[in-house]
Amino acid sequence: MSEQTVMIQNEEDTLLSRFPKVVRKDERKGYEGYVVEANALTDFARTLRDELGYDYLSSVTGVDYLPQGQMEVVYHAYKTTGGPALVFKVQVPRDNPVVPSLVPIYPGADFQEREAWDLLGIKFEGHPNLKRILLWEGFHGHPLRKDWREPYFEAEHKPYKSRFPEGKVFRAEERNPFGKNVDYPAGFDPAQWTPDNTNALIYEGLGRVEKASDDLPTEQIVVNLGPQHPSTHGVFRMVVTLDGETVVDLEPVMGYLHRNHEKIGERNTWLMNMPFTDRLDYLSPMSNNFGYALAVEKLLGVKPPERAEYIRVIMAELTRIQNHIFAIGMFLNDMGAYFTPSLYAIEERELILDVFEAVAGSRMMVNYFRFGGVARDIPEDVMKKIHDLAFERLPRRIDELDRYLTNSEIVRVRGEGVGVLTPEQAIAYSAAGPVLRASGVPYDVRRAEPYSIYDRFDFDVAVRYHGDVYDRYLIRMDEVRQSIRIIQQALQQIPEGPIMSGKPQYQHRVPAGESYGRVEGPKGELGFYVVSTGKGNPWRYHVRAPSFINLTALAEMTKGQKVADTVIILGSIDIVLGETDR
Amino acid sequence: MSTKPKDEGLNSPQYPIPEDLQGVVTITTLDRIYNWGRRNSLWPMMFGLACCAIEMICTAAARFDFARFGMEVMRASPRQADVMIVAGTVTKKMLPQVVRLYNQMAEPKYVVAMGACASGGGPFKEGYNVVSGIDQYLPVDVYIPGCPPTPQALIYGLMKLQEKVDRQTIKEVYGRRAEMIPIPVLGPDVMDPREYDRIREYTRQKAEQEAAAAAEPEAAQA
Ligand code: SF4
Repeated sequence: MSEQTVMIQNEEDTLLSRFPKVVRKDERKGYEGYVVEANALTDFARTLRDELGYDYLSSVTGVDYLPQGQMEVVYHAYKTTGGPALVFKVQVPRDNPVVPSLVPIYPGADFQEREAWDLLGIKFEGHPNLKRILLWEGFHGHPLRKDWREPYFEAEHKPYKSRFPEGKVFRAEERNPFGKNVDYPAGFDPAQWTPDNTNALIYEGLGRVEKASDDLPTEQIVVNLGPQHPSTHGVFRMVVTLDGETVVDLEPVMGYLHRNHEKIGERNTWLMNMPFTDRLDYLSPMSNNFGYALAVEKLLGVKPPERAEYIRVIMAELTRIQNHIFAIGMFLNDMGAYFTPSLYAIEERELILDVFEAVAGSRMMVNYFRFGGVARDIPEDVMKKIHDLAFERLPRRIDELDRYLTNSEIVRVRGEGVGVLTPEQAIAYSAAGPVLRASGVPYDVRRAEPYSIYDRFDFDVAVRYHGDVYDRYLIRMDEVRQSIRIIQQALQQIPEGPIMSGKPQYQHRVPAGESYGRVEGPKGELGFYVVSTGKGNPWRYHVRAPSFINLTALAEMTKGQKVADTVIILGSIDIVLGETDR
Repeated sequence: MSTKPKDEGLNSPQYPIPEDLQGVVTITTLDRIYNWGRRNSLWPMMFGLACCAIEMICTAAARFDFARFGMEVMRASPRQADVMIVAGTVTKKMLPQVVRLYNQMAEPKYVVAMGACASGGGPFKEGYNVVSGIDQYLPVDVYIPGCPPTPQALIYGLMKLQEKVDRQTIKEVYGRRAEMIPIPVLGPDVMDPREYDRIREYTRQKAEQEAAAAAEPEAAQA
């Protein structure tokens, strides 16, 4: 037995003997991990964190098992020293799902539990702030429940009969009494409706200081930044209480781009979800494809051929480069260098988009990966283009950006020591990607649990130690350099050969079971949790979105800072709203 | 003599200008000079909703550069903007803000629906939080297809908007008062204040149907 299997065996013995009767192994076919009784959950989690070293709770989500009458909450915990996940679940009855909150143990569960409450109606007892997060207070029902139907509901699963094979197309509006995408519960009277109290709840929940500063009389005010605000990179809103110019408390408000990926994804066929993943983090579509393909391939048990693996890595790293340079450009915008640095960044990004367009047919929405390979091979001339980029142009241009920005007085003064996140906080809040690594935690999924063929390449996990805004800028520069290194090696090693294993298929029969596929996306750990019942559609399709979870630490980072700095702190996290709100 | 075609921009003399004054004097109509100024300084609102906004940024950047059309001045405040480029999916949660922003823009104002989502719901149309096209709430001047439309397509759409501006007259545009669009309210679902009566009627009927459906199995048993 290898060292790792021995270790896992030991862990299993510890857990099962420590919690007899209340913890058991998940014996369903295709499932893994443990099933924990709700009342033992808190102790179980504490043991995991304090004794077994699972200090990082990556993903929390719920699954509605309607036929069994159960709600299940699924947790994925990792060690920040690397290694596979420990999966544990809690099953509660569907009509009264109450689960103890894990926020006291893993603060990173905060937003994810709120999301499960919002979309599935699972109550987390002891959660400090259990409000809706993606929808608004007063929305009717919990939409991800399997028996909840949207106004345009047509059938449980795609392909819909009306489109295939019958091929009659109609507009969904025509069948709705209002001609719009709306529906109202029976007996509802709009005149009796008191406008939703979301804002009031937010304002109430904000922290205040009792006494403002001694010598200078100041007044506390609440300021809303967003949802339409140039600094928020889309439709994001920050509600801050200010004492003078100093931030007392901050609450992020999101959901303004909640496009229901998960509900739509559970009606779609497996392959239909691929183009939807492009639109999650629309700045890094290839990485999203990658994560979803990995999750489903795990269930299908297929492995892409060698050449496809290399193409995937090249595309994923190109994505990381263009995402990071765009992020740096936008971050400089937030700092006040209005648009000039981002023009330089976008120039390079355009060249990478040209590559995407040449291989996939679209600049942004690539839809390029398939289960067991990629859609098209890289043509010879495009290969040469990538070659030029990786060996000539990009290294030069990155050095140039570096020269212009890194030692700029303004970048340093505004960045250093601002928005600090300590390593302990970063882990506790489940921060991922550059945010985690800039705080001195060298955790990179490509190293910690190598997927695809990342174990073959020679690269360093970039890490910085101050955890401030400036380090989060530097780390992106470092990572771009490492990505260039990986691409250079991949270009030298890539073999000839097929790019798909087996025949391309439209309809996949995915064996029943669950699977969690994760990649190190440009924003951090991007995970896809899928559950199959053996049918043509996923039963559950959940995205662990790094942009969303990284925001958990935002309030912590901004407290005590100046209001102008909240803007660059947000910029340094690098969120994309498509992924935050999904 | 000027050989320019009749309808090219500002200079369309119809009257002969003495040779020594050409280049110094222009004879035009009020409509022409007014529209010429407006069409070449359409300021978009700096406001992006989703993926399409990224292509809008690319259009503004060096390679495509819509500054060539006098549009580089992106304004973050609706009060200073002429065009609202609705770049992305409009969700129900965002809808009140979008309508409010439109109301705050000064006349003459234009709306461009960029991409499939803004035009009709796009790939996410069936989603429970997605509005099937902004034209259900705001008057749209130009629709640009694509998901996302390429920068070229966006520029083409904006040129179409310029053509539309050219066709207007100062009489219909100048001093026009903006019509306020009632702000949708977030209830159990998004509600248009103008439709309250219909909603009430609908929910009453629905309740009756449900009551009838509930009574039926009992009747069958008895
Ligand atoms: S049209 Fe396509 S690219 Fe544009 S916002 Fe909608 S999904 Fe995104």
